[in-house]
Amino acid sequence: MSLLELRDVEVEYRRAGRLPVRAVAGASLSVDEGEIVGLVGETGCGKSTLARAAVGLVKPTAGSVWFEGRRLEPLGRRARSRADARVQMVFQNPFSSLNPRRRVGDQIADPMATLGIVPGPRRQVRVEELLEQVGLAATAARRYPHQYSGGQRQRIAIARALAAEPSVIVLDEPLSSLDASAQAQVANLLRRLTRELKVGMLLISHDLAIVRHIADRVAVMYLGLVVEAAPTRRLWGAPLHPYTEALIRAIPRADGSGDLPEALAGEVPDPAHPPNGCRFHPRCPYAFDRCSHDEPSLVPMQGDRSVSCWLHKEGGEERSPASLRVRDEVDGV
Amino acid sequence: MGRSAVNPTLLEVRKLRIHLPTASGMSTVVDGVDFEVRRGEVFGIAGESGSGKTMSVLALLGLLPDGAVVEGSAKYDGIELLGLKGPSMREIRGAEIAMVFQDPMTSLHPMLSVERQLTEHVRYHLGVSARQARIRAAQLLREVRIPDPESALGGYPHQFSGGMRQRIAIAIALACNPKLLIADEPTTALDVTVQAGVLRLLDRLRVEAGLSVVMITHDLGVMSSIAEWLTVMYAGRVVESGRTADVLARPRHPYTAGLLAALPHPEAPAETALRAIKGAPPSPLARPAGCAFHPRCDYARPSCSTSVPALVPIGEGRTLACPVDPLIA
Repeated sequence: MSLLELRDVEVEYRRAGRLPVRAVAGASLSVDEGEIVGLVGETGCGKSTLARAAVGLVKPTAGSVWFEGRRLEPLGRRARSRADARVQMVFQNPFSSLNPRRRVGDQIADPMATLGIVPGPRRQVRVEELLEQVGLAATAARRYPHQYSGGQRQRIAIARALAAEPSVIVLDEPLSSLDASAQAQVANLLRRLTRELKVGMLLISHDLAIVRHIADRVAVMYLGLVVEAAPTRRLWGAPLHPYTEALIRAIPRADGSGDLPEALAGEVPDPAHPPNGCRFHPRCPYAFDRCSHDEPSLVPMQGDRSVSCWLHKEGGEERSPASLRVRDEVDGV
Repeated sequence: MGRSAVNPTLLEVRKLRIHLPTASGMSTVVDGVDFEVRRGEVFGIAGESGSGKTMSVLALLGLLPDGAVVEGSAKYDGIELLGLKGPSMREIRGAEIAMVFQDPMTSLHPMLSVERQLTEHVRYHLGVSARQARIRAAQLLREVRIPDPESALGGYPHQFSGGMRQRIAIAIALACNPKLLIADEPTTALDVTVQAGVLRLLDRLRVEAGLSVVMITHDLGVMSSIAEWLTVMYAGRVVESGRTADVLARPRHPYTAGLLAALPHPEAPAETALRAIKGAPPSPLARPAGCAFHPRCDYARPSCSTSVPALVPIGEGRTLACPVDPLIA
């Protein structure tokens, strides 16, 4: 069993006087020790909600979250148990996730005190160790967050997450508020930490290029569902789902070729009124009859991957959507 | 009249310097920037936050914060923009030069209908009736591919997705047929799929309507796909410029080379670390002496910390501000 496992998780937001929104509509994924799992998808696809469900910040309306072999209890009024605190979270914006009025060292020492994992006299040494681990000087402990750039603050937030001695860290867009050079530095840091500390990471990002570079596996979400999951290189080498293919083709490349990226037709539908059948079918260039009334489920495929698309058969080979295109009568005319 | 039609240069910026008031005195955020934008071309300005790229274009439209001091010259179609005030600036702004900002959530007015925001300046600049302005507004929305434009006109910004809002902001910018569009990180807040649509739209307007665009972004992938010319800024100065294809394929400044190396590369083997540039961009208040990049540069020589390298032509329309270039060329 994986370190962190989400099984058919559903999260529904109720709204006064309006239809409830199922932000996550039955999504499954898992994170193992020492690996980075990237979770990608467009704005509003439910990836941040799924991340929050993974750490217990929102309560799933159905399905379950399993962590280190136990069911993870959603956060309530009571303090979280020491066991559950082994899953930690890093947020998007280090300008708001750190307290501007407290010293960096005090904030990093907080989890040690609340969880009682490091005795008082040893905390300062441990704080300095953590700062060095994330590439900051030990003297940072006595300074304040405003004395640091965005990239350095995100390192501080990561050090604070590490202070709880987690086995899994969930990171929600940790790089998107950073400049290019800081992004690369923090991306390298995440990679190094997973290898050195054997911690598992769930990395939520809309930046596919970064995910491609540092994630071991990638899950692609569309409108509340995971539509494809695969080892990173296989996913990029041969996307099976038409949506994954469209996402990859939309990335502009800095190669000076002057090629415009390909646009995906249509808009992301309102999650309160998802399309019937496959949720992607109104925008899918390969959609055929069945797609508009039958909903596909995520099935395992060859090559240690899975996909939710009627073009593919369970256990099938890794073939591109175009090669499997269903020729309907319109094409024949 | 006849001369301006032949002149391929629409905007010519020379020796632009901008000083902003801060708590600790005046701070120079743009220090001698030159660039030219040709008709019907996309001109890119790249750089990280604090490089002065946004301030450079805000100065053109007289949108700098109070107390800012601007030096140099910016000629748009023969008209000097710097120092232009009141009614003369209003004739240019919106009608000749329009701007699209990064975040459509803050650049659109949340309490005004899309119709109002799309027609107000059209009526002011083009002097048309409310009915004609409405017809034009619907046509613009169709042009930026907003579904059902007639009913969209009655909508408010919060009812649209981020990508649609940015396309509405572009429609507003284009409403008076400007010749020059300044786009400040127009796709940074958008998903890649939506970004691709916006880039294609800008390219279509350039081809079909001869629009010139100044594109500001830190994303070199976006630059590569849309900008014909590229200038790279660091700490308020231009470090290199040239045709985008040349600059990206053969960067000559260590900073440009560093930015490109920091990008995840499609063909990189597994487990290669990204080559990050060490350190962080300086604050405009504490810009290093000499070449501002020298503390982060792997090629820096002693002279780099004392004298500011001049931006010199290096052939084929390229310019470079780095004496160490041969080492990396």
